[in-house]
Amino acid sequence: MLKQKHLLGLEGYPAEDIQTIIDTAFNFREVLERPIKKVPSLQGVTIVNLFFENSTRTRISFELAQKRLSADTVNFSASSSSLKKGESFKDTAQNIEAMKIDAVVMRHPTPGAAKHLTEFIDAIIINAGDGTHEHPTQAILDMMSLHEKFGRLRGLKIGIIGDIVHSRVALSNIYGLTSMGAEVTICGPPNLIPSFLQDLNVNYNDNLDEVIDWADALNVLRIQRERMGIGLVPSNREYRATFGITQERLNKHEKEIIIMHPGPMNRGVEIDGFVADSNQAIILDQVLNGVASRMAILYLLCGGKANVGEN
Amino acid sequence: MKEKVLMDEIAVERSITRLCHEILEHNRTPENIVLIGIHNRGVPLAARIKLKISEFIGIDLEQGSLDITFHRDDFRERLQVPEVKETDISFSLDGKVVILVDDVLYSGRTVRAALDELNSFGRAAKVQLAVLVDRGHRELPIKADYVGKNIPTNDGEHVSVLLKETDGNDNVLLIKGVE
Amino acid sequence: MSLKNLSKHTVLKAGTLLDPYNKRTYRADLWIKDGFIESIGEFNAPKSAEIIDCKGKIITHGFCDLHVHFREPGREDKETLDTGSLSAMAGGFTRVCVMPNTNPPLDSPEMMNFIKEKAEKCPIHIHPIGAVTKAQNGKDITEMALMFKEGAVAFSDDGLPIQDGAVMRIALEYSTLVGVPVINHAEDECLRSEGLMHEGIISTHLGLPGNPDLAESAMVHRDLELADFTGAKLHVPHVSSAKAVQHIRTMKRKNNNITSEVTPHHLFFNDEALRSYDTNLKVAPPIRTESDREVLIKAVKDGTIDCIATDHAPHTLEDKETTFDCASFGMIGLESAFGVVNKVLVQESGMELIDLISLLTVNPRKIMGFDSDLFSEGAMAEITVIDPDRDWTFDKDHIHSKSGNSPFIGKDLKGTVELTISTNSIYKSQIIK
Repeated sequence: MLKQKHLLGLEGYPAEDIQTIIDTAFNFREVLERPIKKVPSLQGVTIVNLFFENSTRTRISFELAQKRLSADTVNFSASSSSLKKGESFKDTAQNIEAMKIDAVVMRHPTPGAAKHLTEFIDAIIINAGDGTHEHPTQAILDMMSLHEKFGRLRGLKIGIIGDIVHSRVALSNIYGLTSMGAEVTICGPPNLIPSFLQDLNVNYNDNLDEVIDWADALNVLRIQRERMGIGLVPSNREYRATFGITQERLNKHEKEIIIMHPGPMNRGVEIDGFVADSNQAIILDQVLNGVASRMAILYLLCGGKANVGEN
Repeated sequence: MKEKVLMDEIAVERSITRLCHEILEHNRTPENIVLIGIHNRGVPLAARIKLKISEFIGIDLEQGSLDITFHRDDFRERLQVPEVKETDISFSLDGKVVILVDDVLYSGRTVRAALDELNSFGRAAKVQLAVLVDRGHRELPIKADYVGKNIPTNDGEHVSVLLKETDGNDNVLLIKGVE
Repeated sequence: MSLKNLSKHTVLKAGTLLDPYNKRTYRADLWIKDGFIESIGEFNAPKSAEIIDCKGKIITHGFCDLHVHFREPGREDKETLDTGSLSAMAGGFTRVCVMPNTNPPLDSPEMMNFIKEKAEKCPIHIHPIGAVTKAQNGKDITEMALMFKEGAVAFSDDGLPIQDGAVMRIALEYSTLVGVPVINHAEDECLRSEGLMHEGIISTHLGLPGNPDLAESAMVHRDLELADFTGAKLHVPHVSSAKAVQHIRTMKRKNNNITSEVTPHHLFFNDEALRSYDTNLKVAPPIRTESDREVLIKAVKDGTIDCIATDHAPHTLEDKETTFDCASFGMIGLESAFGVVNKVLVQESGMELIDLISLLTVNPRKIMGFDSDLFSEGAMAEITVIDPDRDWTFDKDHIHSKSGNSPFIGKDLKGTVELTISTNSIYKSQIIK
């Protein structure tokens, strides 16, 4: 039903398929509101969650989505030490292939790893984050949350705030939002903005207040200190003062702006706890929509007849 | 495509009334009955049955609804964006007589899916099935306990139930020339 | 095996001689006796001579590659002088200079001897390039004078850019003692950082850490200034960026001791190709943008870039068949070189064939101080026969290297090497049946 067998990234991903996923996800939201939240749609489908990098949230969200669809799931977490010797990647992939797994959800620290995996195995691959490249399911749940809030994506003005250059969330959001007809402005320290932005179809503005005035919603990224080998941000207080979503800053603006955050948050750095807990933040809706949209993705990719072995 | 009206508003009304009588005849302790409508048209049908029974014997039965979209075993044949409706069963089924209500009984797969899903909500004492129309062509060993009207159909024929609540009028149509 | 001993008498008949040294193209037969050119033109070769019909083909100098990695000693599983020689002959190369980043590195007169002695048994001429610093540590210069005596033709820490400007200055100053070029792999490691591909719009799309062209151009600029200041010979290897070309062009206007090379892969690919995440395209310096590629082609045509060098860098399958960050840098390039540069420079960019041949023959030989007048009677035979018009698709079967890390596999190339003669050996291509 979707045009592509895998979900590797949103660059060039058909807009109508993004819409299909979001529409389906809203249906699964309904299932998640039921007293019995489990449906048998993916009975007999085996999915492995292959996590070469720690990610409690994304993994739990995927696992929950799989369990609620009645899929059989296996978790595989590779230690970072075995990863250093990159050979294990191919071995792991071939092992999975030999075990007749139907689908693989993979998180990996290297850009392109998900695509790389498709070269070794026939299973359906869902990219749960490949290094600083893409995190398509996060972007889809973000778009679903915006859709829920505004009833549309076309014409929305979205600010993405923070470390853009190291962010797979930012890149997938940019691809997804622009292809769905939203306008995107990125905002952050100039050294955390990619130097080459042509044909990303985004605006750049380093003045957060102007971006707040302009935008309907802000997607606030985690400032990932551990990702930065060298001191790219002088200090927490400088970041907070310049790019932090603080209550004082929001108070200066007369509008009610929607705040999103992919989590985990650094409260008091990129976002104030007070803002995160306020009504304008839809951070917990994002979490729920994360399960629903991952259910939709799994359902649409793994549910088709052709994809399931003997039936 | 040719349409033929098999039941008009009055006939539909009569059938529902008869269903209610049969239900009450077969169940000596009507307060133990719960009605579960299967989306889409099973839900308003269940509501009408509830209303009539209340008129007849003065008991308000519990009523719920079931969405079986994800429980159908044939979704892999025709994967599409599911149109999910609410599943609302806010009471326990333990020890109850559950009457599943649907508009048309055909292959039996919808009912099988409903039975399947119902399992999650507890252990009913009995499950019975009430349908407005039975058009035959079963693919599973499933039989309705209460049938408003039997309408044998041939290949290329389709029965369409219209209800005021969902379609604006009460009519049962036989449609010919369907693929 | 397509490599054979040369017959005592061999005659290349009916071909067209293309002599890039004397800049002449003419029809003539060529007689090789005991591995030396006996006569060109009219002669009476003995009846027993092996006659090779070269009708419709071009007979030219054996190619010279001043930048290869043959991995010996240390990584003989990737390449040896022997397998590298065969790979070279398959590509029309009769003379190569091997880079010293081996294990142990070629950083002493003894190691020069090691290569020299091994090379004597090889069918092609192999010259060692000595390390600039001991153990390529980037600090302490090597015994350049002694190494020069034992055959070092240049000095380089290739693969490891000399980061410390003062060390580079000292090395350049000291190298004037022996008068051979210093070849510095120019990439500022701080600017390069964790970069895995050219920093540009494609790296942004792919999420791969970028290596900016500034990392190259900043160091090229430094090296040029230092070379100019010291009067040393500087050879800039594998120029990849428009910015570096500009610096070289400017300096060459006033300084004759500056030379540079470009690889076939930087002329052929642009960073769009990285969208495949093909690890065989992971090279240092990285494949750059289309506009960089266009500038490189222009620089070759206007003489800013002096020669083609393959930077033949063999790696095992395991080194490449992994995720992009873990994969080794480098690709092999000898077998595909002529088909690639002939396609890009002659077919697509309108360069004259003789000028292209010069980039593969007289120009690199001149930089390294090798004799270039190869089509003279009595000269040792270093001959390559080519068919510049033949279309072919490069595939695994054309690779003689011990390693197969080539992104050219499956690419359509123009122009084949049909025959290579070096000293006493003759290689007949498998491309012609």
